[in-house]
Amino acid sequence: MNGTALTLMVVVQATVLCITGYFFYRVLTTPPKAEPDSFSENDEQQR
Amino acid sequence: MGIAQKESWGTRVGLILAMAGNAVGLGNFLRFPVQAVNNGGGAFIIPYLVCFLLMGIPLLWIEWSMGRFGGKRGNHSTPYILDTMHRSNFWKYFGVFGIFTNIGVAAYYCYIESWTMSYVFHSVAGTFRGLTQGEVADFFVKYVDIGSSTTGIPFEAVVFYILCLALNTFILSRGLKGVERAAKVGMPLLILFGVFLAVRGLTLGTSGASAEVPGASAWDGLNFLWTPQFSSLSDPRVWFAAAGQIFFTLSVGMGTIHCYAAYVRSKDDIALNAVSAGFMNEFVEVVLGSSIVIPIAAGYLGLDWVKENAGFGMAFQTMPFLFEKWGPLLATFAGVMWFGLLFFAGITSSLAMGTPWMGFMRDEFGWSRNKGALSFGLFVLVLGLPTVLFFQQGVFDEYDYWAGTVSLVVFAMAEVILFSWIFGMDKGWREINDGADLRVPRIYRFIIRYITPVMLILVFLGSLLTPEGNNWSAAFASLFSGEGWPLDNGSIVRQIANTGLHERIAQATEAADIKALKDRLFYTNLARTLLTLSFLFIAVLVYLSGVRRLKAQSKPA
Repeated sequence: MNGTALTLMVVVQATVLCITGYFFYRVLTTPPKAEPDSFSENDEQQR
Repeated sequence: MGIAQKESWGTRVGLILAMAGNAVGLGNFLRFPVQAVNNGGGAFIIPYLVCFLLMGIPLLWIEWSMGRFGGKRGNHSTPYILDTMHRSNFWKYFGVFGIFTNIGVAAYYCYIESWTMSYVFHSVAGTFRGLTQGEVADFFVKYVDIGSSTTGIPFEAVVFYILCLALNTFILSRGLKGVERAAKVGMPLLILFGVFLAVRGLTLGTSGASAEVPGASAWDGLNFLWTPQFSSLSDPRVWFAAAGQIFFTLSVGMGTIHCYAAYVRSKDDIALNAVSAGFMNEFVEVVLGSSIVIPIAAGYLGLDWVKENAGFGMAFQTMPFLFEKWGPLLATFAGVMWFGLLFFAGITSSLAMGTPWMGFMRDEFGWSRNKGALSFGLFVLVLGLPTVLFFQQGVFDEYDYWAGTVSLVVFAMAEVILFSWIFGMDKGWREINDGADLRVPRIYRFIIRYITPVMLILVFLGSLLTPEGNNWSAAFASLFSGEGWPLDNGSIVRQIANTGLHERIAQATEAADIKALKDRLFYTNLARTLLTLSFLFIAVLVYLSGVRRLKAQSKPA
């Protein structure tokens, strides 16, 4: 692969991967809102 | 409306995976790399990312907040979501697009999904072992010709189509929980299979070169995809292609996102959820989608072959042949992974297409999940069977064009105008930020109000009046020199009039060719009639639901 193509590929793919990972991490680590919320699986735990 | 309120998402991750599954489709692996190849390779990625930030992300926020806003008032499908935002018959009936598009697309999309099911079976059965490239390509042609059978099962393509539809109907009958479970299984497997094949694509190098194609190299494919050509940034054709790809990859303009988001409560986040699902789709498309088909095909068949033959058919007509070069065991695994990932990409999208219809029938007519799912399956079967039976006569393409392309653009353009200019940006911005777990950059207030609507209007006009040969510079030169705007036969205006087909009929000299073209014209009009009738049928249901609502309101308490 030529240098420019490799650089663009690595930069774009790494950026997309990092941003995706960052947002997903935020989703996983943000505490859930107080019940009743939109999600049913934590209903028992919250009450 | 009471029954619909009982539906809810199980977990936040499940909702995001279902939303991402809705967006991730076959196009992530097939349409994106082909668009890149057809639009100058590396020139494509820059406009693509710009369009994602200026059109894709805003559209996601708009649709999520519209859905949640409608859901607060017990509406889970676009006719009444739009009506809630601006009470008028126009918007209520315009919302029919948000149900019609899904049924129209599901009708032919489930057919592609059924191919992937069938190809998983054939990969395991070793059907492609020892076949030449031409024989693998012919196998597909034989498969879609329903008169012949590749397994001995009569009407095999129809059987797989019905099986696929039955599976969708069954999962939909389990409600949102069924959709969520499918996404929780399908998305991780899709990513796992995709990573395996992408690693193979990125490490293939020149090891696939053969005596027939001595210069074949996967690096050439990757070079072509990723070498930036800044001069192409001034070409409107590339920008239109990039905007179109962003549009289709995110599954916006369909009404599915509205429906999913309608089950989110007003105090819960949509801003972070929307970008998480959107970026997950981008990860699958930009990281995995660009690293499989093009490098593997270029690695064995050379870049010139890819440039000439890049298209949707490569997935079924070329990839099985290339996998066979990896030896029997790996070829079987690769086949299962490739068609398995396409199947999961397909089913998580087709399930999303069922939910607006089910939400509407539950909200307005009190239908149960089972009744809603079964009626969706039957509707899709009736509308979809012509795409299976008359695939080669162009019914499939016609559905794809009107339901899967034009309707999406029209609906998205209208909803952005409704959200930004009629509902109003003040209220809209509040909706996006209510309960947000993410600080939405303030610049997006300006982008959503001005940039996104203008981009969508341009995309619509670009489709309506596509210039001849997609050559915009020549078209403007012609316009300013007083010779008018030369329309392409692919423009909506010319498509409505079937100009291309009429021209081909006029030019044909052989009786057999003329007959075949006239048959195609007949099936084209048949497909349009079926789609129009479907739209009108849903519009009548919306009218009846309005009558029911009026009666319910006038009843004494």
